[in-house]
Amino acid sequence: MKTNKSNVLQVINVSKKYANVLANDEVSLTLNHAQIHALLGENGAGKSTLVKIIYGLVKPDRGKMILNGQKYAPDNPQKARMSGVGMVFQHFSLFDSLTVAQNILLGLDKRQSSTSLLDKIVQISTDYGLALEPRMIVGDLSAGERQRIEIVRCLLQNPKLLIMDEPTSVLTPTEIEQLFNTLNQLSAQGTSILYISHKLEEVRKLCGEGTILRNGQVIKNFIPSTTTSSEIAELMVGKKVQSTIKSKSRAKNIILNINNLSIDSRTPFGTNLKNISLKVRQGEILGIGGVAGSGQDELLLTLTGESKVKKNTLFYKNKDIGNLNPQERREIGFLTAPEERLGHAAAPEMTLMENCLITAKKSKNLMVHGWINFTKTGDFANDIIKKFDVRAGDNKSLAKTLSGGNLQKFLIGRELSQDPEVIIVNQPTWGVDAAAAQFIRQALLNLVSHGTAAIIISQDLDELIEISDRFTALVNGSMSTPRITTELTVSEIGLMLSTENAPK
Amino acid sequence: MIKLTPRDHQSKLLTAITPIIAVIFTMICGGVLFWILGKNPFEAIKLIFWDPLMSETFSDYARPQILIKASPLILIALGLSIGFRANIWNIGAEGQFIMGALISACIGLAFYPLENRFIFPLMILGGMVGGAFWAIIPAILKSRFNTNEILVSLMLVYIAEQALASASIGILRNPEGSGFPGSRNLNHYPSTSNPELIEGSGIHWGVIFSFLAIWFFYYLLKNHKFGFQIKLFGDAPRAASFAGLKTEYIILLCFSISGALAGVAGMFELTGPAGAITIDFNVGYGFTAIIVAFLGRLNPVGIFFAGLLMALTYVGGEISQFMLGIPAAAIQVFQGMLLFFLLSIDLIVKFRLSFTKQNFISRKD
Repeated sequence: MKTNKSNVLQVINVSKKYANVLANDEVSLTLNHAQIHALLGENGAGKSTLVKIIYGLVKPDRGKMILNGQKYAPDNPQKARMSGVGMVFQHFSLFDSLTVAQNILLGLDKRQSSTSLLDKIVQISTDYGLALEPRMIVGDLSAGERQRIEIVRCLLQNPKLLIMDEPTSVLTPTEIEQLFNTLNQLSAQGTSILYISHKLEEVRKLCGEGTILRNGQVIKNFIPSTTTSSEIAELMVGKKVQSTIKSKSRAKNIILNINNLSIDSRTPFGTNLKNISLKVRQGEILGIGGVAGSGQDELLLTLTGESKVKKNTLFYKNKDIGNLNPQERREIGFLTAPEERLGHAAAPEMTLMENCLITAKKSKNLMVHGWINFTKTGDFANDIIKKFDVRAGDNKSLAKTLSGGNLQKFLIGRELSQDPEVIIVNQPTWGVDAAAAQFIRQALLNLVSHGTAAIIISQDLDELIEISDRFTALVNGSMSTPRITTELTVSEIGLMLSTENAPK
Repeated sequence: MIKLTPRDHQSKLLTAITPIIAVIFTMICGGVLFWILGKNPFEAIKLIFWDPLMSETFSDYARPQILIKASPLILIALGLSIGFRANIWNIGAEGQFIMGALISACIGLAFYPLENRFIFPLMILGGMVGGAFWAIIPAILKSRFNTNEILVSLMLVYIAEQALASASIGILRNPEGSGFPGSRNLNHYPSTSNPELIEGSGIHWGVIFSFLAIWFFYYLLKNHKFGFQIKLFGDAPRAASFAGLKTEYIILLCFSISGALAGVAGMFELTGPAGAITIDFNVGYGFTAIIVAFLGRLNPVGIFFAGLLMALTYVGGEISQFMLGIPAAAIQVFQGMLLFFLLSIDLIVKFRLSFTKQNFISRKD
């Protein structure tokens, strides 16, 4: 098999240091012609630094790269694109109010007439099964369609190497299927693809070869199809990842009742919620799946109390709590944890101690008549740091200095330590490494086993299948009837998530 | 073109000594300015920074003057700093200063010629209410209609100035003043006067009030939920709303506090150093206090020293005007330089500057 493969890109002993962190330590990597190559690693393993170096966004301190036999050292992304390297980012850079074609035109380095461009867009999208209507406004498109725009934008420049950064995190199962078809077709036609992901099953299905990074170093080059997921996970984390232990569901009384909730989004191109009804019982986890932008943010804001809802839509212990603000809700045991950590759940320039005051000031008596009790606050922060294994300097570290995973552990810990009766978490493990994610899930399960009701909103289906008792999907702001998770098949879940049979 | 990238690590020491570096730069560039004007730069700088405190000729006059000028600057800057911490920009302290003085003058003159020891405290209250009232206007417009508080508060300064002019030739004009504009001199009546408490010290009630206010707000901002809320709102407005804070409440609170402090500064100025309401009663304390607030790093203790320093440049400026004939405008440029250097050094401390040939918008993730 290895006989006639010429390599496209060789990365040789590349190192990059940020302040005190060695993000890439003598990394070497070979990408072969027409191969889909997986780049795996935990958050902070150095994946993004490496691809930023390849795409010309970051200059390495040491080391060199060879592209198609020639020395390659791009000063900026434009040079990288001219050398035949394209990249599709995890977060799209598109203008919501412009059309597909306008967005593509804006992203091109060379000026083109719009008519010939339109033809090319149509041609590429039919060639590669990337269904796109050039005249649609981007704001009205799904995440999958937006991603196709980015891909088409790259393909217009005939790249020899295409970098895909966590492309499936925003896609439905059907859209993932379509994407894989496109990528397989591209590689069959001679394009090499560097595929970054932390979803192991996907990598095993799609990629012919792979590289695992850990702490900035290459740990292993491997063949995904012959390596098991648990072996890969172990290599990524450096130790065995335990699986969560779930005690038997003991769902009891209904504690939260959402009744026909409809709300208009506060932002343009946001998603309006339509007639959502839900009942949540004590001691159960209700998982809400759905691709990004299906109304998760809007739903969370109505539950935190930041968006006002109509009378008789939100009942907690049979009381209408629709007009209570976030703090008033907390005081009756109704807690929430938003997706966005820095800026919403936590204040970046504040210490961990101060961040405790945001939600726990009443329940933990951290203030007396408005005067802050620093001893108690410090102790509470230390408790969380200890119990939730938060790696931080001390309780006076600024929130922004913590890594995503550690901050998330701290913030989830902040809420869970307040003994909530209902907890609603949006994306509990987003951007968190596998070990920390497992820890957070276990903490949620433990809490629920003591009778707390939890709603977990997540785009990670595996996570929801793992921990939720009942599962429902949010699609275009509408919600399907929750079903017992263990009774669902993957294809049924896929159907629940797909936009095609959702009421418009 | 110049590209700014945030620094990974900010030196704490550097942040703390930026004001001192800014003062040094101002001395150098100010010296050059004075030299261009044909004056001896070293002498001018010495007259501004050294002689008011140390020279035998001037210090007897200058030392009390520094306290007299510093007290309104400190009071106003303290109030502004609270809003600035929450990213709420009250630029109209000058107008609030005027309105505080006007309302307290109305109260004081309404009781004339009654002598009663409750009149002065009532006037203090009136000063606060007057300033706060003027400041609440932009606050309400901002929270109701999302108007820009910088523009509205600034424009209200000019309206306040018109009100001041109208009052000094209209309702507040001294009936015994043979038709000249301006009110009775409140210093002439014990109940409405704010005298020098220790002779030759310059200390009047306003100075004491400003020192107490520094201590009070230092303690409050550090230990009370009020300080936490302001900081939280300034750092992450969405986290503040997640904590259950109402935006309108913070805006109103910040504006009323800064208005009340500016108003009470106007009251002490009126009853003490100025004595009477006149058309040119306000001399720009409300604007200079913005520099003081930033120079003091929005910190009460910092503002205390910054207020004294700024007062020093006022008094020293007067002396250098008198001794060397340096124009008053040059002194104002000198003070402006201080803010300019402070802000630009701040930028360099926070960001790394690099020059690039890149002239297109590069894509970033």
